[in-house]
Amino acid sequence: MSLAGETSAVRTAARADAPPLLDVAALRKYFPVRDVWQRQVGWLKALDDVSLFVRKGEILGIVGESGCGKSTLGKTIMGIHPATDGKIVFEGNDITKLRPDKSRALRRRLQYSYQDPGASLDPRWKIRRSLHEPLVIHTELSADAREKRVRAIMRSVGLPETHLDLYPHEISGGQQRRVGLARILTLQPTLVILDEPTSGLDVSVQATVLNLFLDLKKEFGLTYMFISHDLSVVRMICDRVAVMYLGKIVEMGAIESIFSAPKHPYTQSLLAAIPQIGGRKVTDDFWLEGEPPDPTNLPSGCRFRTRCPLAESRCAQSEPPLIEKRPHHADACWLSA
Amino acid sequence: MQTALFLLQRLARDKTALFGALLIVGLILVALLAPILATHPADVAEFHPAERLQGPSATHFLGTDRMGSDIYSRLLFGARITIVIALIAVGTSVLIGVPIGLLAGYYRTWFSDLLMRVSDIFLAVPQIVLAIAIAQTLGPSIENVILALSITYWPFWARLVYAETRSALNNTYVEASIALGASPMRVLFLHVLPNISSSIIVRTTIGMGGTILTAAALGFLGLGPPPPTPEWGRTIAESREFLPDAWWYATAPGVAIFLVVMGFNLLGDGLRDILDPRTRRSRQ
Repeated sequence: MSLAGETSAVRTAARADAPPLLDVAALRKYFPVRDVWQRQVGWLKALDDVSLFVRKGEILGIVGESGCGKSTLGKTIMGIHPATDGKIVFEGNDITKLRPDKSRALRRRLQYSYQDPGASLDPRWKIRRSLHEPLVIHTELSADAREKRVRAIMRSVGLPETHLDLYPHEISGGQQRRVGLARILTLQPTLVILDEPTSGLDVSVQATVLNLFLDLKKEFGLTYMFISHDLSVVRMICDRVAVMYLGKIVEMGAIESIFSAPKHPYTQSLLAAIPQIGGRKVTDDFWLEGEPPDPTNLPSGCRFRTRCPLAESRCAQSEPPLIEKRPHHADACWLSA
Repeated sequence: MQTALFLLQRLARDKTALFGALLIVGLILVALLAPILATHPADVAEFHPAERLQGPSATHFLGTDRMGSDIYSRLLFGARITIVIALIAVGTSVLIGVPIGLLAGYYRTWFSDLLMRVSDIFLAVPQIVLAIAIAQTLGPSIENVILALSITYWPFWARLVYAETRSALNNTYVEASIALGASPMRVLFLHVLPNISSSIIVRTTIGMGGTILTAAALGFLGLGPPPPTPEWGRTIAESREFLPDAWWYATAPGVAIFLVVMGFNLLGDGLRDILDPRTRRSRQ
């Protein structure tokens, strides 16, 4: 498969000793929970003490069940949600406390691709105007210079220039995705946060889109943060992966190490849930039952213990920290060796 | 341009809305062409006591009033006053209400709460009562009627735009341009405003009818422009003592107000059907 060949080529581009492009330390995002009288009755801990870094040129995958805080992580890094606590350092600048309008220049090189990039286009604007907008906001380029760059980007994402005069509803979903990407790339970002970029696409389109991501990565020297719940896609294209559960990273490390020898019971159950041709029945290995607990009312100690088959009494007492127990592989479990 | 064309096409198919639009076009034409259409243009200010209270005839299409002036001619010039009052009052209300609603919807701070509470206070008092109080205090003149209507009308637009802005901000494309680094003004005026413009247009059209009705009520109560201004509400008030004998005296301005207000309401309903499918009426 051509995809596999290209990915290995791309992966070698990410050097293990490259300096971190993005460094997130102890990031917290709490949403107030209010009753019908608007009184605050608690906190929804969407992100709780999340620390991670992204090296230049690599693809960091973020995986987890829906509602685990993957998208909140991306949006908090982008400043769409202000962080409750913690630090976000991008290209050496602390951007945590700055609202997006205040840190426009800093955030120019950090961009976010929506789950449905088509929905990120103003339905009343022609595609040309949507693509010009980022350049109007961030650069002093003349209209001609902007048009030139917009046309070049359209070619890069594989769309004909005639599409510039169409409205978003006049093109297909896959093409909308390309336009959404083109809009972000006009600013020549270094780090792009891709939020569920392949969800809702059928498999053949998925492969095309993934190839497009990898081509663009090569062409523009991009770094990706790849938020997904699709483990097989993550395995195919990511260099490292962070597994999230209820707002916390429970396991993080190099992709081969995590997929071949997962240490945290949550990761083990997630990996067991990937269907494989000729493999065991998914239901044999999959013992993850029920829904995750209510994030406004977390259990004491390890937040996974209510669904964990291995839970012991000490798991209820204190929360296990994320520790690198072997090279390039950290996990947060009292029981992992 | 494309949207305007689309609107016209859809309007042409909606017969009641088209009827409303024709009434309004008629009103505007009458106001513009008043000096040409009027048979006795001088009667706006002139009296002919010898001819007072004559019924409709070939010389006086709609009869004469208590001063002997031609009601038909005065009615045509009254259309100008109606249009001027409604346009300026509604225009001012839109200019005040829309930015307030946009800003209050975007910045969720104590200031936006304050703005909304102030508009709540205005909305809690019946509009006509407030307008009477203001017009009474300032004295009867066309400027004061406009002022009174503007002061009492802007909260309707502020409320509407506030609610629409709050919901428009949840759209992914709005969030996306914020994430892209767009300034609040860019987001509000280039993304939010065009996307909520249809509700504003509908509200403004229907609001024109309401404003004309309130302006006529103020005129009727003697708070409008002073005589001999041919204001419709005032004409109806003057005619009361001659009813029911001089039936044509009150009928002409009454029917005029009725037709114009109905025109704006029908057009407003039609525009809502076209622009906002969520509130589409059940008829086909």
